[in-house]
Amino acid sequence: MLKIKDLYASVEGMEILKGINLEVKPGEVHAIMGPNGSGKSTLANVLAGKEDYEITNGEVVFEGEDLLEKSPEERAKEGIFLSFQYPVEIPGVPMVNFLKTSVNEHRKHKGLKELTAGEFLKLMREKMDLVDMHTKLTNRMVNEGFSGGEKKKNEIFQMALLEPKLAILDETDSGLDIDALKTVANGVNALKSPERSTIVVTHYQRLLDYIVPDFVHILYQGKIVKTAGKELAFQLEEKGYDWIKSENGN
Amino acid sequence: MSVLVDKADLSLKYTAHYNEVKDELFANSSDILNAQRKKAFQNFVLQGIPTRKNENYKYTNLNPAFVPDFKFIHTREEKKADMGEVFRCDVPQLNTNLALVFNGWFYKNETEKGDLPEGVILDSLDSISKERPELLEKYASLANVEEDPMVALNTAFAKDGFFLYVPKNVVVESPIQIINLLQDEKDTFSTQRNFILVEDGAKVQVLLCDHTLNLNQYLNNSVTEIFAGNNAEVEFYTLQNQHNKATNINSVFIDQQRDSRVTTHTASLHGGLIRNNLQFALNGENAEAHMFGMSFMDKKQHVDNFTQVIHAAPHCESNQIYKNVLDEKSTGAFAGRIHVVRDAQKTNAFQRNNNLLLTDEATMQTKPQLIIDADDVKCSHGATVGQIDEEALFYLRARGIQEDKARLMMMNAFAHEVVKEIKLEPLRDRIDELVDKRLKGEVARCHDCAYQCDC
Ligand SMILES: Nc1ncnc2c1ncn2[C@@H]1O[C@H](COP(=O)(O)OP(=O)(O)OP(=O)(O)O)[C@@H](O)[C@H]1O
Ligand SMILES: [Mg+2]
Repeated sequence: MLKIKDLYASVEGMEILKGINLEVKPGEVHAIMGPNGSGKSTLANVLAGKEDYEITNGEVVFEGEDLLEKSPEERAKEGIFLSFQYPVEIPGVPMVNFLKTSVNEHRKHKGLKELTAGEFLKLMREKMDLVDMHTKLTNRMVNEGFSGGEKKKNEIFQMALLEPKLAILDETDSGLDIDALKTVANGVNALKSPERSTIVVTHYQRLLDYIVPDFVHILYQGKIVKTAGKELAFQLEEKGYDWIKSENGN
Repeated sequence: MSVLVDKADLSLKYTAHYNEVKDELFANSSDILNAQRKKAFQNFVLQGIPTRKNENYKYTNLNPAFVPDFKFIHTREEKKADMGEVFRCDVPQLNTNLALVFNGWFYKNETEKGDLPEGVILDSLDSISKERPELLEKYASLANVEEDPMVALNTAFAKDGFFLYVPKNVVVESPIQIINLLQDEKDTFSTQRNFILVEDGAKVQVLLCDHTLNLNQYLNNSVTEIFAGNNAEVEFYTLQNQHNKATNINSVFIDQQRDSRVTTHTASLHGGLIRNNLQFALNGENAEAHMFGMSFMDKKQHVDNFTQVIHAAPHCESNQIYKNVLDEKSTGAFAGRIHVVRDAQKTNAFQRNNNLLLTDEATMQTKPQLIIDADDVKCSHGATVGQIDEEALFYLRARGIQEDKARLMMMNAFAHEVVKEIKLEPLRDRIDELVDKRLKGEVARCHDCAYQCDC
């Protein structure tokens, strides 16, 4: 599904990703962990098509096609979904408008008929139940005045609406209370299928109790320095990152 | 003709014209209008066409707009447009009482009578000032010819415009819509003088739509005086939609008495050069003034909103939000003056101006000015000039929304804060639609109008 080969990315001349290699097969769940500032969000953003980053080397193949030459909107419509670490507030853009436009852009891309307002509202209500989303939020402007947890929930709600092939969840668990964490995890698991894959960026082992990873990677200083099974997350929880840092010459 | 004409020469052209047509100006006009003419003219002679040295016109060079050899229409002409057709140009589902001002002259809607309540007068200023002079006692009392040469020139040339009277405690349910059309075979200078008198406890909504119907050059110099009595409620909407060769100098003066509430919306959708002077005088306690403005400019269009709020009585509130979207090489200006006089305690005055520049070549000047002579007041102002939020744009795109569509959503969102304040729902929907079209680069024109022009 996704193949990242020797990927280098920099911003304003500063190299942040320094040779990432990662393969995600259909149905797999990959967790990416690593200290602050190691490049996890950068990797997620580069995959989603953020233009601030310059790709200086490497390639990314998604579903057999070169991903890096596509626009963010093309990537989204072809099935990549990024749950943002810091979802942005967009005053003046009503949630419902935004969601309906987004869903219909996806449908058009798939050659499906656009949903009418009524049909969309029905779909929306269904997905709202799934992630316990409240109309007091969907009646507002995109993320405007949402609490930290509400923003994260809104990301998962959008994911549920768009049903991506590859979901990249960038610290979707931070800022969530225990109940919300479960709801979010349920939302993710409800989408689980042999065709869909997930990349979970997290700092805490806790989320991985609910979304069980097939692989755990440690990203450190722009490189994946260790890959193992889910037990690696427990190890990190216990020992922190010092041993990783010293193994890598710091 | 070169635009570098000597300023004195340019003003002289207009003073010479006045002297030439003086007899025609005085002939057939009411005493009320004529009584102001001479003094107004003298004041224009003293001041001349404003240059940027004039502090109030610092950001707008009006001179080039006065260069063409305009035709003036000082005597009522036979209607040339088919009124029936023109009156179809309405706001859908907005059941309005329609009237037309054509090159500055008022024409009644003969085809539809409308449903104005008993006692309400919507008519020509020319005829009412002759037939009911007692209703025009306050004529020219707000529009000060000593302070603005454009007001002086308007008063000197004033022959007609619309007159609206809403008697005490009368509530006009359907909005009143006035369509201002500019159309002539020649480049035309139009002078329009309007007068609105809303007595104590009365209530009315007025919508003005400015259009140009062909590609000639136009200069429209209009002055509107609005009097809102005790507890009166007025909503005054102006929709400016003229072509790139049109100059619109639009001065509105409002007097508010105790407990009155006046809201103005100025939507500048299209126009070569637009200058809006808006002056509020809050003369009675507890009066409330709301001013909203939005503009969407491109090419080399220019918009300049100059607002003045005089808090002359205690316990009043004024509130201003102006938003501009400037594309290509367009330019904009906003200058907002708030003056709280000595005894106007407990004043609440708020002002904000936000601007979105879509290119590096578009420019915006913004200048608040607070003059506060009372000590117990709350005053705040703020201004921003910025570009489209790239983070937000990426967010929308990351959800599959095409870049151009995402930009459009962001621009609509920017304007939304002002659009949402429009209380007339059908008008709000209509403006939403016009704004959307304008932002898409489609000409946002009243598409029901039989008069299409592709300028
Ligand atoms: N647009 C940018 N401009 C400048 N520096 C950037 C930019 N994006 C990322 N960086 C820098 O790149 C490094 C990696 O940042 P990134 O956000 O990818 O880290 P992260 O692993 O997600 O960290 P965290 O766990 O704190 O979220 C940081 O030092 C960050 O400051
Ligand atoms: Mg991060």
